[in-house]
Amino acid sequence: MGLYPKTIFYSVGDRGLLVEFGDEISREINEKVRRMALIVQDDIRAGIVEVVPTYRSLLIIYNPLLLPLEDLKKRLKRIEEGLQQAPLPEPRLTRIPAVYGEHYGPDLEEVAKYHQISPERVIQLHCSKPYLIYMIGFMPGYPYMGELPEELVTPRLKTPRLVVPKGSVAIAQRQTGIYSMESPGGWQILGRTPVELFDPGRDPPALLKMGDLVQFYQISEKEFQEWGM
Amino acid sequence: MERVATFEVLESGILTTIQDLGRYGFSQFGVPPSGALDTFSLRVSNLLVGNEEEAGLEVTLIGLKIRALKEVVIAITGGDLSPTLNGEPVEMWRTHLLVQDDVITFKKVSAGCRAYLSAAGGFVVPKIMGSSSTYLSGKFGGLEGRSLRRGDILYTSNSSPSFDKLGLRFPSDWIPSLGKEVLLRVIQGPQDHHFTEKGIQTLASSFYEVTPQCDRMGVRLEGPRIERRPDVEESIISEGLISGAVQVPGDGKPIIILTELVTGGYTKIATITSTDLPRVAQLKPGDRVRFKRISIEEAHRLLKEQEERLKEFRKIIQNQALAVGRIGGDR
Repeated sequence: MGLYPKTIFYSVGDRGLLVEFGDEISREINEKVRRMALIVQDDIRAGIVEVVPTYRSLLIIYNPLLLPLEDLKKRLKRIEEGLQQAPLPEPRLTRIPAVYGEHYGPDLEEVAKYHQISPERVIQLHCSKPYLIYMIGFMPGYPYMGELPEELVTPRLKTPRLVVPKGSVAIAQRQTGIYSMESPGGWQILGRTPVELFDPGRDPPALLKMGDLVQFYQISEKEFQEWGM
Repeated sequence: MERVATFEVLESGILTTIQDLGRYGFSQFGVPPSGALDTFSLRVSNLLVGNEEEAGLEVTLIGLKIRALKEVVIAITGGDLSPTLNGEPVEMWRTHLLVQDDVITFKKVSAGCRAYLSAAGGFVVPKIMGSSSTYLSGKFGGLEGRSLRRGDILYTSNSSPSFDKLGLRFPSDWIPSLGKEVLLRVIQGPQDHHFTEKGIQTLASSFYEVTPQCDRMGVRLEGPRIERRPDVEESIISEGLISGAVQVPGDGKPIIILTELVTGGYTKIATITSTDLPRVAQLKPGDRVRFKRISIEEAHRLLKEQEERLKEFRKIIQNQALAVGRIGGDR
């Protein structure tokens, strides 16, 4: 369906409100989420506990004893009316280095075979364009980015891995992401970045943010090992 | 912040972490709230020892053994893990004064799963993003981002024991009851429309058993499959999660999500109410749960009632402190 003609508001439990703009991953829908998140975050008042912007919806966690649900809904509907006028900051482009293949990218060969192209072509395609960061989620600092070139659209692994090393650069369906921490994972791993995506002591703690752009570039194993020295 | 060494960890127990009421405002960076799973018990233990909202110890099941390094006022609330003081059973939901070398242990699970120990002044650890809560998967927050280990020294803020709090008890009718069969009140949705009427009825009328896959991330349940509508997928585009969300993946068996996830892509049939989340914190493998759907209005009424009680308790504390002061002296 795409962008809903009328935004849907769902209650989530007794302290959540989910504002859903559409039912697919698209820049148009994501931009609405981003605009509303920026306005709500900027206008934090008593009773708003957390704001979670994702691909096509915004979850607001509120304290019903400080902010009645009806008041919150009214406020959000008002914000929604003025949404297109809300200014968006200029997207920042971050270039992310990655060493591809071998034990850093254990799925590179299979992905190449799946598309009947060479591993070099996979790398070239992956680095060929800046990706929009749709959201940061799943784990601290993890960017969900898209869209991949059509020739690289690949399903998830049939069997997820129990351990995906920190820094792994991966793809699944139309998206690409970077595992900011070691974790189980089902995406196809093409390579690894030496760059730190998340540092709890830093302000802001995440290197990347929703709405910005990322472009990958290939580095050698030597450069990877010597990074930051 | 001024701090003083207050406890030595003699045995770590199964899992003990430092938690406050959670880390909020950072989900845009993918950081989940973490925090005490039974916020009600942590709040009461803090109130008992005269703290506002400080960090306490979340003690899971048995084994924790700590030794006091100085005089300290404590209170233990939450699950009944048979706490002892120097080998003798120690009463929960009230304050106690420990002296140097006193040893607290949690010997046996009588009921529930997690106990909360607060100390006057609160446990002091470096705050990460404004919170003392431990985020285990992220390995930050609390004590070095991990559970307590033998040999750890725990610090509290530099305050002298407040003797006006001694003997203070939380009214026994307000102490939550713990049992092996737990009723969890839920608000239906947000993806309830992904399930058949039969599926929704299954959730509302069946008993589910808590499986061993049960930790701070979530509680996996075993029981009747919840039927999904054949024309919808099991997964949705990743969206924000609230603690207490009841996810139903492809196998039809519900999973209650807790505080360690920010976003997720499984359909959620219902969400546990704020007042009943602490009951989830007290679930352990083998316990049984039943779900009851209520309206948001009813849930808000229950929440208001809970908060009124805590306000009432604060008044009791103030009156007690005044009474002690009037009787004379600070001892």
